[in-house]
Amino acid sequence: MAAAIELNRRGFLRVSFAAASGLFVSLYLDPKSLSMAQEGPMPQAAAKAYPPDAFVNIRPDGKIVIQVNRLEFGQGVQTSLPMVLADELDADWSNVIGQLAPAADVYKDPLFGIQIVGGSGSIAHSFRQYRELGAKTRAMLVAAAAERWGTTPEQCRTEAGVVHGPGGRSGTYAELASEAARKPVPAKVNLKSPADFRLIGKRVKRLDSSAKCNGTLKFGLDLDLPGMKVAVVAHPPVFGARVKSVVDDEARRIDGVRDVFEIPLAKGTGVAVVADKFWPAKQARSRLKIEWDLGGVEAADSAELWTRYKQLAATPGNVATSNGDANAMDKIPAQNRIVAEYEFPFLAHTPMEPLNTTVRFDGDKAEVWAGSQFQTVDQMAVAEVLGLKPDQVTFHTEMAGGGFGRRAVTDSHVQREAAVIAKRLRGTAVKLVWTREDDVQGGYYRPMHFHRVEVGIGPNGLPLAWRHVIVGQSLLAGTPFESFAIKNGVDSTATEGTADTHYNIPNLHVTAHHPKVNVPVLWWRSVGHTHNAFVMETLVDELATRARMDPIAYRQKLLKPEAKKLLRTLDLLDNETASWRNKLPKGHALGVSCHECFDTGVACAVDVSIENKRPKIHRAVLAVDCGIAVNPLSVESQFQAGIGFGLTQLMPKGAITLKNGVVEQRNWDGYVPPYIIDAPVAVDVHIVPSTEAPTGCGEPPVPVISPAVVNALSRLTGKRYRSLPLVLV
Amino acid sequence: MATYQLNVNGQRREVNVDPSTPLLWVLREDLKMTGTKYGCGISACGACTVHLAGVATRSCIVPISHVGDRPIVTIEGISQDSVGRAVQDAWVATDVVQCGYCQSGQIMAAVALLKETTKPTEKNIEESMGGNLCRCGTYPRIRAAIKSAAAQIAKGGA
Repeated sequence: MAAAIELNRRGFLRVSFAAASGLFVSLYLDPKSLSMAQEGPMPQAAAKAYPPDAFVNIRPDGKIVIQVNRLEFGQGVQTSLPMVLADELDADWSNVIGQLAPAADVYKDPLFGIQIVGGSGSIAHSFRQYRELGAKTRAMLVAAAAERWGTTPEQCRTEAGVVHGPGGRSGTYAELASEAARKPVPAKVNLKSPADFRLIGKRVKRLDSSAKCNGTLKFGLDLDLPGMKVAVVAHPPVFGARVKSVVDDEARRIDGVRDVFEIPLAKGTGVAVVADKFWPAKQARSRLKIEWDLGGVEAADSAELWTRYKQLAATPGNVATSNGDANAMDKIPAQNRIVAEYEFPFLAHTPMEPLNTTVRFDGDKAEVWAGSQFQTVDQMAVAEVLGLKPDQVTFHTEMAGGGFGRRAVTDSHVQREAAVIAKRLRGTAVKLVWTREDDVQGGYYRPMHFHRVEVGIGPNGLPLAWRHVIVGQSLLAGTPFESFAIKNGVDSTATEGTADTHYNIPNLHVTAHHPKVNVPVLWWRSVGHTHNAFVMETLVDELATRARMDPIAYRQKLLKPEAKKLLRTLDLLDNETASWRNKLPKGHALGVSCHECFDTGVACAVDVSIENKRPKIHRAVLAVDCGIAVNPLSVESQFQAGIGFGLTQLMPKGAITLKNGVVEQRNWDGYVPPYIIDAPVAVDVHIVPSTEAPTGCGEPPVPVISPAVVNALSRLTGKRYRSLPLVLV
Repeated sequence: MATYQLNVNGQRREVNVDPSTPLLWVLREDLKMTGTKYGCGISACGACTVHLAGVATRSCIVPISHVGDRPIVTIEGISQDSVGRAVQDAWVATDVVQCGYCQSGQIMAAVALLKETTKPTEKNIEESMGGNLCRCGTYPRIRAAIKSAAAQIAKGGA
């Protein structure tokens, strides 16, 4: 049995001693100590409760287990955050294990105040937090060693998991851990100067590679608990519709089917099928005869929506940005104006691992296993469904097979469905699986957007006046985030990248309409930047062509001087592409773009030809300014692969469409993401050297690639491509 | 329900399942071998790729009743094979994986390619790997890892 010793000093130290698993040194960040610390923004929210979990566990066998306060779903944070902590701790990296932390107050994002992977903030918001955790743990180990040897901490130094003291004495962290745990947590610690980093800034390979290459890594969908059942749900064909009647005799006759019952959904109702295994559950669902009540639900239709959006775009919406003279456009002659209209369809995220959640309800408590980007919100939702308090719901963070925003859902609809089903099967763990069809047809898409832009060009070839109307559903209206993101009737997640452009446009007017549509929408990796960067970067490129200027030089001229990150990336891109970008073979063209989002600047150049009516990307070169690159290997991977994800929106079948309220695509045959043939053959990533605080790398790869490719196509064909998905004729 | 004798990674396994059950779900739920992944169920993504009598096969659309006595090799067993081991090593050395969910299938497809073609061209790679989806987009490193594995095998390092 584990004996818990609690040394609760200043309310943020807790030590639990377990004979089997070793010693937990648990450091909870005190908000006051955070605010006294060095550079960086002040955290707004702080840990409120201190459950018996730990950030650092120095085990007797020398292994150091570091809790990661994030979901790992490909972005590499399960390696990078432990690197940050281990560096300040002077741990031996070969002994470090990264573990995904369960839902708990202490693991909330220090800035957002909820446990989340979002806003590309995992490293940006926890960099200093993890450095402090490492430095404080190290200080306690040193204090313990100094006491043991009758010397002062100043006489000791640390390296690779060992404290060295005067007279050749030394002790491993494992030997010192239990004494260290009894030392007070220092209120303040000195952090390393960057020159002393041993891990931060080094190309460190992922900790999860082997397990992901030999089949042993367990994702949420791989979970197998004793007596566990598997559930699937029949969802209505139109969002929000309700079950009128169900005939389930045939379904119930399938071997292994345990129960069939109607359940409430986030909108409307559905029918749950519970079986011993997935296959009988899915077979049974296909044999249900359900009559749906479609009354009172809007049957959204893509064609109708385009007509409506185009009409809306002809009039100004709510003001997002209004700089300079609103009538400047009228003074510019018609031949110096461009009017451009853009269409962006709904996009599904379709992460490789289908959505799933396992819940077991035991009356006065529950347990949840989910690959969630939104642990706090999902835990609360399950608790609400089950009539429990959040702390009665143990929430395990499972490794997830991608997400791209799809596992951060404000209404927690998957977790709610799972909880409703588990409530009925009290005492039995139930794994709810959304099949790929459920995922493709189930909504929560990147919203459709229509942009209408009028650009007035000045005598120097630079834009003088810019009128921009954006039409698209609000992501955050009606959610708990509404007050945070919606100002003056404008949802900033729809206008980001345009309303706050880094280009110097003297008379800039950006407005937005947010029509209400019966299709659930959600952030899709890089959110509003997916469409705004496309519009801005294709138009700026068109202006560069009209001005007969080099596309890099034109952007350098048009950017505000304070857009330092973008200017640095363009300089780097200029250098790295100088040898080839104006000497491409016949039939090839250069495409350029740049965009800053989540405080990271990215510039992109591609070498493109057309093969089989598709863009063939022979090479992509990216320049990135993300502050300190904590793990340059991981940053490189994020950008190399992230542009592949971004190409989703250029795929000929890269669109979700609706006809009479019904989604027309069913699976990856109708909604086709990029395969190896569609991705760049080679991607070079160049990182701007920096000592500035690290910024996001998850989302910034996505926005740049589509405009860069399309800009190259425009050079090849002389045509402009403003409607996605991209179809070449 | 019917009983089937299977040869999985060189071992004899017996299962009692509905004949329509796809091999994928027999592996995952009856044999508890979850390294083979469910992605789409319609052979569109390749996450469920196994070797059936040496041929890279989408296990999500093969009913168990069609397997017969053909030997099945999954990601859990591929390291028993020298090419399999070389590919897994190259994948780790190249730091290919991100979310990793598709990589069992990618590795199984790559092993099948390298067993047929010792020095694959970019075109060979695009053809053999063309049906394996990676939503993270790790394709550039998949190409690099395949070439690295091929070089290692050529050197006799596998």
